[in-house]
Amino acid sequence: MRKTYILEDLDCANCAAKIEEAVGKLDGVSKSTVTLLTQKLVIEVEEDKASSIVKEIKAIVKKFEPDVEVIEK
Amino acid sequence: MTKKLKKRIRRVLIGAVCYFAAVLWDKLLLASSIIIPVPAVIAELFLRNAVPNLHDMIRFAAFLTAYIVIGGDVVKNAVKNIGHGQVFDENFLMMIATVGAFFVGDYPEAVAVMLFYQVGECFQSYAVNKSRKSIAALMDIRPDYANVLRDGEEKEVDPDEVAIGETIVLKPGERIPLDGTILTGNSALDTMALTGESMPRDVSAGDEVISGCINLSGVLEVKVSREFGQSTVAKILDLVENASSKKAESENFITKFAKYYTPIVVFCALALAIVPPLILSGGWSTWIYRALTFLVISCPCALVISIPLSFFGGLGGSSKAGILIKGSNYLEALADAQIVVMDKTGTLTKGSFAVVKILAEEGVNEKELLELSAYAESYSTHPISQSLVKAYQDAGNEVIKERLGTVEEIAGHGVKAVVDGVTVLAGNEKLMKKEGISIGTKWKEDALTGTLVHVAKDGGYLGAVVIADEMKPDAQAAVAGMKAMGIKQIVMLTGDRKEVAEHVAEKLGITTVYAELLPGDKVDRVEELFGQKSEKGKLIFVGDGINDAPVLARADIGIAMGGLGSDAAIEAADVVIMTDEPSKIAKAMKISVKTLRIVKENIVFAIGVKVLVLLLAALGMANMWAAVFADVGVAVIAILNAMRALQTDQL
Repeated sequence: MRKTYILEDLDCANCAAKIEEAVGKLDGVSKSTVTLLTQKLVIEVEEDKASSIVKEIKAIVKKFEPDVEVIEK
Repeated sequence: MTKKLKKRIRRVLIGAVCYFAAVLWDKLLLASSIIIPVPAVIAELFLRNAVPNLHDMIRFAAFLTAYIVIGGDVVKNAVKNIGHGQVFDENFLMMIATVGAFFVGDYPEAVAVMLFYQVGECFQSYAVNKSRKSIAALMDIRPDYANVLRDGEEKEVDPDEVAIGETIVLKPGERIPLDGTILTGNSALDTMALTGESMPRDVSAGDEVISGCINLSGVLEVKVSREFGQSTVAKILDLVENASSKKAESENFITKFAKYYTPIVVFCALALAIVPPLILSGGWSTWIYRALTFLVISCPCALVISIPLSFFGGLGGSSKAGILIKGSNYLEALADAQIVVMDKTGTLTKGSFAVVKILAEEGVNEKELLELSAYAESYSTHPISQSLVKAYQDAGNEVIKERLGTVEEIAGHGVKAVVDGVTVLAGNEKLMKKEGISIGTKWKEDALTGTLVHVAKDGGYLGAVVIADEMKPDAQAAVAGMKAMGIKQIVMLTGDRKEVAEHVAEKLGITTVYAELLPGDKVDRVEELFGQKSEKGKLIFVGDGINDAPVLARADIGIAMGGLGSDAAIEAADVVIMTDEPSKIAKAMKISVKTLRIVKENIVFAIGVKVLVLLLAALGMANMWAAVFADVGVAVIAILNAMRALQTDQL
């Protein structure tokens, strides 16, 4: 299923690319796209992992961009 | 401006003051010949004589304070990120470069570079935010509320909560929240946000309205026909928001480039710091300084940010013009178009029949001819009959039922009707022959391009009305525009008669025509055409989304003449032209070419300046200031350049 998150205050393009790559490598995620300009992260994730994946995403975002807030949409 | 940015700017300003204070202090003391009677200076000078190292210590402390105020967060983030295993990020690079400068003894420079970097970063943040907002504003068609009529009372609710069949009230100035049909009221609608069309559209009871438009003048009551999730506005928003996630090749190239660029430059810096001093035995601080300069340039941000921003601007600019492009990749591909295949009906022509010519026999009034044909055909629902009635009504007349007597439809021939007590025949050649009426040859040529309705009154031939599928007013301009964009081959496909197809093609200047095709044949023809283009060239198919979904999908780029609310088209195509104007195809190509030019400019400019400054730095001809310019200065210029992609009015 597709899930969308808002990455509030994301303003570094290089970090956006890194976040996209790292989230894409998560278990259960088949596709990940970060769009800097809409500050959005869109993922295709397996149904049963959908609820637990937020934690992992938050950890990744914290690692690359500590100031960015992950908001579930 | 975001809070974060405001805070950052404030800190940078305070830091700048500290820095200038420190520089002033430094200068005053260095220029010992100009002794200004400031007690502190005197005291310091006195102390310097007493404790020789004190001046240096004060100087160091002053610059360090300024450095911490300005660049404290950079250092903090750098340290944090190393903890996370993130080494080569820009914070780290800036930290190494400036701390290095401190060690080499260039205190003012270390602080100044950090200051310059921070100012640039703030400006970059600001510019990105600003452009993000201006693009978002273009797409701001999401309605906030709906005034729904429940139990005779108006209630303001979320558009999501309104069900099909409910009635909503639209006041002047409000955005239409949901698709529906007007029950009562007249008004003009501003469809600008959806179609790019600036002329308001007049609507009245019975007309359909599309969500996302703005109601300009009157109060309307509208019966909702679709839920919000299925509404036009929700679909368009979804489409536009997802467009930038389909990335263009050049975007992927830049992301990949950035991945290798930074480590390479960092290792070059390392080599520059170690190898030359070993060979030349000495000069360590000079080479370390040059290596530090390298580090400042090694951040790929200017590139990584300006490329997607350019595409985003191009996508925003095209939706402003009524062209929805479903992804950066399609925007990029449009510039490589080589073959354009167009469907005739609905794309180049309006897809509706209209009276194009009246061929009256000598001594016959054209008006009477049209009048009689309209009366005779007024009961039929056939599109050709309706076009006759419409032409008659458009001329300011009305069909008065009382004038019409018995009507007899003769299948495959036409109509025999009594109008004002006189027998009128309206139909094809066969009908006239059957009734023994001679019709001459005047009409022969027109029979090739359209459908004829011959009319006879009381046994005497009056003439014929020519009905044809009207060409869109900008069809000619559309073909000319594409030719001007360098399209080698424009092909027309149609299921229509060969004569009609060739007539239209000739008028438009299209040389290749495939007529009398069945829907399945279209795919085969397109397959054939694929063989005629070069490997890099793209094949575009333009259709109205009806019956040609397979071809839209097969082509490199499928363009649908969407029209408002045509779901099939919006879903099947890669590009949707909301205004139904074929001339927008050339416009989309122009936007694509312009966007790609900006992308190229940015790539060449950013990489060029970086490489140049790297070379100069290696030779000792560029200082850290130049390096910071090559980093943030270039980023800001590239962002400003990217914003030009949004301007599409002049194309």
